[in-house]
Amino acid sequence: MSANADAAARHWEKTRNLTILVLIVWFILSMVVPWITNSLNSMNFLGFPLGYYMCVQGSLIGFVVLIWFQNWRQDAIDEEFGVADE
Amino acid sequence: MIKGKFTDNLAKVYALYTLGFLAFFVLMAVFEKMGAGAKAIGIGFLCFTIAIYAIIGYLSRTAEASAYYVAGREVPALYNGMATAADWMSGASFVALAGGVYFGGYPYLGFIIGWTGGYVLVNSLMAPYLRKFGCYTVPDFIGTRYGGNLARFCAIVVLVVASFTYVTAQINATGTIAAQTLGVPFELGVWMGLLGIFVCSMLGGMRGVTWTQVAQYIVLIIAYLTPIIWMSNKQGFGIIPHFSYGGAVHRIAELEAQYGLSKAAGDVGVKGVRVLTTPQNSPAGNEWGMVTLAICMMCGTASLPHILMRYFTTPSVRAARRSVGWSLLFIFFLYFSAPALATLTKLQLLDPNLATSVIGKSFEEVSNLEWVKHWSSVGMLAVADQSGDGIVQLNEFFMRPDIVVLATPEIAGLPYVISGLVAAGGLAAAMSTADGLLLAIANALSHDLYYKIIDPKADTRKRLIVARVLLLFIGAAGAAVASLRLTGILGSVAWAFDFACSGLFFPLVLGVWWKRANKAGAIAGMVGGFCVGSWYLYMVYAGGMAPWWGIDHIRFGIIGMPVSLICMIVVSLLTPAPSAEIQKMVDDTRIPSGETILGSSH
Repeated sequence: MSANADAAARHWEKTRNLTILVLIVWFILSMVVPWITNSLNSMNFLGFPLGYYMCVQGSLIGFVVLIWFQNWRQDAIDEEFGVADE
Repeated sequence: MIKGKFTDNLAKVYALYTLGFLAFFVLMAVFEKMGAGAKAIGIGFLCFTIAIYAIIGYLSRTAEASAYYVAGREVPALYNGMATAADWMSGASFVALAGGVYFGGYPYLGFIIGWTGGYVLVNSLMAPYLRKFGCYTVPDFIGTRYGGNLARFCAIVVLVVASFTYVTAQINATGTIAAQTLGVPFELGVWMGLLGIFVCSMLGGMRGVTWTQVAQYIVLIIAYLTPIIWMSNKQGFGIIPHFSYGGAVHRIAELEAQYGLSKAAGDVGVKGVRVLTTPQNSPAGNEWGMVTLAICMMCGTASLPHILMRYFTTPSVRAARRSVGWSLLFIFFLYFSAPALATLTKLQLLDPNLATSVIGKSFEEVSNLEWVKHWSSVGMLAVADQSGDGIVQLNEFFMRPDIVVLATPEIAGLPYVISGLVAAGGLAAAMSTADGLLLAIANALSHDLYYKIIDPKADTRKRLIVARVLLLFIGAAGAAVASLRLTGILGSVAWAFDFACSGLFFPLVLGVWWKRANKAGAIAGMVGGFCVGSWYLYMVYAGGMAPWWGIDHIRFGIIGMPVSLICMIVVSLLTPAPSAEIQKMVDDTRIPSGETILGSSH
């Protein structure tokens, strides 16, 4: 039982750390980048002002990739501890 | 041709359906060549798509509680992703988003970021854990995790207020589209739209809604992307314009400087139309407004029950996570197209080098354009020579934001069959969201209020009858409110997100992530956040109070959420920790494998 509880605690610790990492990237894409759009606009990307590009496409692509990345890592964590449900 | 269970043949069924829809589109195009009128084509599109939804709704009828509430938990991740995307993208996203980007410029992009970034929160903080919990509704989670009917009741109240605010806007949009296409009065259109919504949800509950939403997603995404790509090819903006309109953004900035963005000299006497006064892309000074709007929309996304309950329908926790990934991908297709459409439409109207431009042309020439005449006659557009120089200036060209999506096919000179397609897409978007919302409300009232609080001994048959009767009443109430036309589509949509995040965000998140959170804390969090947020909304919107730090009525979640968090933490710490049993429940929620916390037919 205590070995089990220990494994559960380590599983949760890894899950939590992954979630914190994901939320940090999320914070940057959704708040920091829009906040500094003005300075990013002096750069060009694919012909767009970079700040504008990030707000209409870049951050959005980032969110999609971030979710798939998290799910890939979380599946690995679940399997490592034998708690995957599929 | 199709053997075995429906869920084993999804790919085949929906591939056939998509081909059938495309064949119908070609058929309508042929009819147009043969001389069929615009109205006949529009009616054809509406009747065809609604008939399909009705068939799916009828085939999905059920008498089982788990099929009615969570579609039997057998929706594969990919299809749940499509259904969520349709559930999510409302009439407002479809019709008003591109227009919002057109008129709102940089601050408005907070909606684009907020309505996509919210899914990161759904995935990392909510969906997998709520799926593991095995609840039927969101108040079901609150009620079981924190214990007691009062907590459950508070969650029901927040859910009903947020979802009802949202659903009236959707019924309104359904009515607008039905009225315009069929040529009936708006009030009649609202009730006809409601009838279509009931057809999808009455018989099959969540199961019927799920499979119609998948069909509606296919229609709405085809209807959104086809005109953009067609228009772009016809006007020479590139095959797929999304990655190449950067030049247009720069060009618009030049043109804005050349014409000058000034307010209209006077009122033109047409309700809802406005001139362009906000630059396409100049963040200066608006960063705070943009980011606060994005926060409200993101946290609102992660607490809106009609979205969260979609993830209760997957077969496993892993499938719930994967389906969040699919959802956002499918949503992304529309959200990264809307700014492209807005930018290219603006360029077509503004750039004197393009044949479609109107600004700088003579007043007489513009007034005689076919599409200008058409949209002026329905009160969506107005041109007034207020300076008296005979030339259409930028501040003399008035439009309703919705027109950006609705009129694009005509501005670019595309055949009418495209406009019919757009109407069908808008209707699919509004109907699918209205379905999800009505079901969220009716399920919370029938499962949580009636079954869990009022009559726990009711048998399945009685529960499902109550659920359907409630669905009828709530839908009718929504339609009655919608026909009063209280607000524009987008105002009330944003409020729904603010209500949801003020009342439910922290009680949901901390329910999984903070074991110490207890019943008293959760109640305090819901009541505090919801009441303070609502009070602030009232004071700013109607009470004449000056907004604090520029937080206006569409961002009141910024006030409600911190209050909710503080109330919840302080009250939780002042009262005893939850029982060992509940702490064990939280531990179990955090692990994907094993039985759900609540039994399969609770």
